[in-house]
Amino acid sequence: MERYWNEEIECMSREDMKKLQDERLVAQVKHVYENVPYYKKLMDEKGVTPDDIKSTDDLHKLPFLTKNDLREAYPYGLLAKPLSDCVRIQSTSGTTGKRVVAFYTQHDIDLWEDCCARAITAVGGTKDDVCQVCYGYGLFTGGPGLNGGSHKVGCLTLPMSSGNTERQIQFMRDLGSTIICCTPSYAAYIGETLHEMGLTPDDIKLKAGIFGAEPWTEEMRRSIEKSLGIKAYDIYGLTESSGPGVSFECSEQSGMHINEDHFIPEIINPETGEVLPEGEVGELVFTSITKEAFPLLRYRTRDLCRLTREKCSCGRTLIKMSKPMGRSDDMLIIRGVNVFPSQIETVLIEQGYAPNYLIEVDRVNNSDTLDINVEMNTEQFSDKMKDIQDKERELAGAIKTMLGISPKVHLVSPKSITRSEGKAVRVVDKRKLHD
Amino acid sequence: MNNVRQISVFVENKPGRLSAITQVLKDNDINIRALSIADTRDFGILRIIVNDPDKAFAKLRGEDCTVTITEVVAISIDDETGRLSEVMNVLSDAEVNIEYMYAFLSKSDNKASIILRVDNNEKAHQAFEAAGIAQLTEKDI
Repeated sequence: MERYWNEEIECMSREDMKKLQDERLVAQVKHVYENVPYYKKLMDEKGVTPDDIKSTDDLHKLPFLTKNDLREAYPYGLLAKPLSDCVRIQSTSGTTGKRVVAFYTQHDIDLWEDCCARAITAVGGTKDDVCQVCYGYGLFTGGPGLNGGSHKVGCLTLPMSSGNTERQIQFMRDLGSTIICCTPSYAAYIGETLHEMGLTPDDIKLKAGIFGAEPWTEEMRRSIEKSLGIKAYDIYGLTESSGPGVSFECSEQSGMHINEDHFIPEIINPETGEVLPEGEVGELVFTSITKEAFPLLRYRTRDLCRLTREKCSCGRTLIKMSKPMGRSDDMLIIRGVNVFPSQIETVLIEQGYAPNYLIEVDRVNNSDTLDINVEMNTEQFSDKMKDIQDKERELAGAIKTMLGISPKVHLVSPKSITRSEGKAVRVVDKRKLHD
Repeated sequence: MNNVRQISVFVENKPGRLSAITQVLKDNDINIRALSIADTRDFGILRIIVNDPDKAFAKLRGEDCTVTITEVVAISIDDETGRLSEVMNVLSDAEVNIEYMYAFLSKSDNKASIILRVDNNEKAHQAFEAAGIAQLTEKDI
């Protein structure tokens, strides 16, 4: 039987939810306009005042906020509460430029952890569960978010953080962990390590995993489910929005329910900014209507996905977003063709390879090159040169069918590609060095 | 007829890879009897006949090498002009295909040993037997 953390909200009628969103949005816009000079300036420039926003129907009148705004306003420029009311910061890794720092009041932390509690409950978690959190702790939101959610649900919480994989497995066995939370690439690595230690899913008690913080494919879901003997669920969020828990998967495993009482989603055309109708793929934009310290209005996530209000078998009425298909800024343009690493990963898994790969893009004589290093396992190795070259050609052919451009595939030794304990590095774009 | 077990190891085209592999063999007191390397731009395959194939396989695998054991055929012929040509004719008549081969000399008895990777070991054994060509076991190498 489906369990809910907050049935009233999660199964609320569309009409009641809209009413709730309308009220919260109007109040939030006012709060932001009065307390954040940066927002006031953006709205004034667009000629919008809080009086123009009477309901969610007026949402499109508000200006967008981008990651660039967050960087410009760093560190206090978007703060909507006095610092004395804030109790915590979290931060992005800063790998794509200047880091983003998000502020939280105690109220913000409570709401965030509440969202994570909904996610844990949706995968079947109760106070009888043992929840192993192997997301990184610290500035990264993964660890603290799921840790807080797990406490709320009342699970016995193992704040493992990432790394030391054999110890992770030892704790998993000794304490009978039933739920695991981490990045999907780390989950795959834990599965690999489990098998290397001569163990099988029968040696552990895990039943469910909550995986997020990086894009992953359906094929990877099946491979993790098999190697750990669990059901694998997606969770979505970003530091700018609090962290994980903006949306979460239910028993249906077909997209993530957005916590609409806190976040209003929109899908836009990333080129024009035009709002797209339900069902179309575009950039996810959300507006946080309950956050106090760091509220973002119409924040452009760069994640590409689609929204649907189709009835879900779990009974929740919260709108669903598809698994992000990639990030509009992760997208590689190679010889004029849009390429997402997730497309390549899909082919690899279909062809029986582990999702351990490194994509190298370079420019030679003014032409883009695409090289993909893929680990092969011992069964795929042969003493005959021809067999290996055939395998490389076969894989290159399958990738060409998917992408429309030919890659060069290089099979490499198992474990020769560096493993990640956090977010995986999948792409090295050397073209940037030449620009 | 006994096949001879060959160890094949995947060698990425990076400095130090071959040395790492031979170090494993050295540390485990494994002696190489015959060796050949096939190479492309990106990688090579090291093929060796050793005194203890099981140990070599286990130790290399333990060091995360990509390794496999293949059964090959080994023969011994006189180190004289024309002998290899005769061997090729025998295999050709028996319709046995050669994937690859390598040879080494033994000075003491004026013989050449040849390691053959063929598409059908059984057929090769029978053809050599019928033609009176001496076949080697692991112990002979």
